[in-house]
Amino acid sequence: MKIIATDRKGAEHVIEGRDGWSVMEMLRDAGLPVAAECGGACACATCHVYVNDGWYEKLSPPSDAEVDMLDMALAVEPNSRLSCQIVCAEALDGIKVTVAPE
Amino acid sequence: MASGLEKLADGRWRLKTDAGTELIAPVIVIAAGGGSFVPKRPPVPHIEAYEDRGDGVGVHYAVRKMDAFRGKNIVIAGGGDSALDWTINLAPLAKSLTLVHHRDGFRAAQHSVNQMRELEREGKVKFHVASVKQLHGEHGKLTGVTLSGADKKEWQLETDAFLPFFGLTIKLGPIAEFGLNLHENLIPVDTAKFESMTPGIFAIGDINSYPGKLKLILSGFHEAALMAQAAFHICKPNEKLRFQYTTSSSSLQKKLGVHA
Repeated sequence: MKIIATDRKGAEHVIEGRDGWSVMEMLRDAGLPVAAECGGACACATCHVYVNDGWYEKLSPPSDAEVDMLDMALAVEPNSRLSCQIVCAEALDGIKVTVAPE
Repeated sequence: MASGLEKLADGRWRLKTDAGTELIAPVIVIAAGGGSFVPKRPPVPHIEAYEDRGDGVGVHYAVRKMDAFRGKNIVIAGGGDSALDWTINLAPLAKSLTLVHHRDGFRAAQHSVNQMRELEREGKVKFHVASVKQLHGEHGKLTGVTLSGADKKEWQLETDAFLPFFGLTIKLGPIAEFGLNLHENLIPVDTAKFESMTPGIFAIGDINSYPGKLKLILSGFHEAALMAQAAFHICKPNEKLRFQYTTSSSSLQKKLGVHA
């Protein structure tokens, strides 16, 4: 599956997603500036992304823990998610995300 | 916190802290992890211009003197315990207090949420599902904020103090100014001594980088042991380093307080 990620400067990156890995890991491995300070434990809100173009609705809804942790993210929008909580799968081929501001 | 580092004529180092303390040592070991925890700064244009403008006015990431906020128009942003606690504590003092959060729900303790809702019912606190988009003022004196609601409608609010509470993040801080040839905010070291490019300055743990680096506590201990061996020779150039084990060395056991 492919992830179409927009960085903070507006540049688009097409990243290969590994089944079962988190979108955060894919963005980080591709060199995008995702701090992911807690390493993917849903404990820091520094892997915050916006999920675009109707993809938000296709994701399984955020857990209570993720909703709580998003309270610590900056510039939260209705399509905000923590990318460590989105798991790559074929059904998400072509998912569009934008890295949120720091 | 360490704020400056300079080399003395005799080869030792002088480290200064932001509290004005000076420390002189033959060796510096940086074990700073990813840096230090600092409050998250919301992505509002020119927010820095309103920071450190004195008690009770401008942008604050913590409250030191509550009384400084008496009679002020206050805007608080966030949905955690800090945001709610300060909403509850400052509401009785403030001229006006507005809490903004991106959703009509809070991760803060339920008791605090109930208290905030009660203050809202009494008209002592205004709550909006909104975010602060702009700050207004002149020469660092905050006079207002522009809020943007869930429907993207924007409005202005007279504001003396803006208090964002979005938790902490890790920033490298003054280490970046120590002249250590940082590579992507990490200090390159050799793997025999864990010394940086600058002789006498070592770096261990998450802050360093070398081929094969793994960010594990296990690796940190290994790095510390090798660093200590190398640092010993700088600290005590005329002494022989005696390699010993805690299982058999009574002098080590004595130092550790586990001597039989």
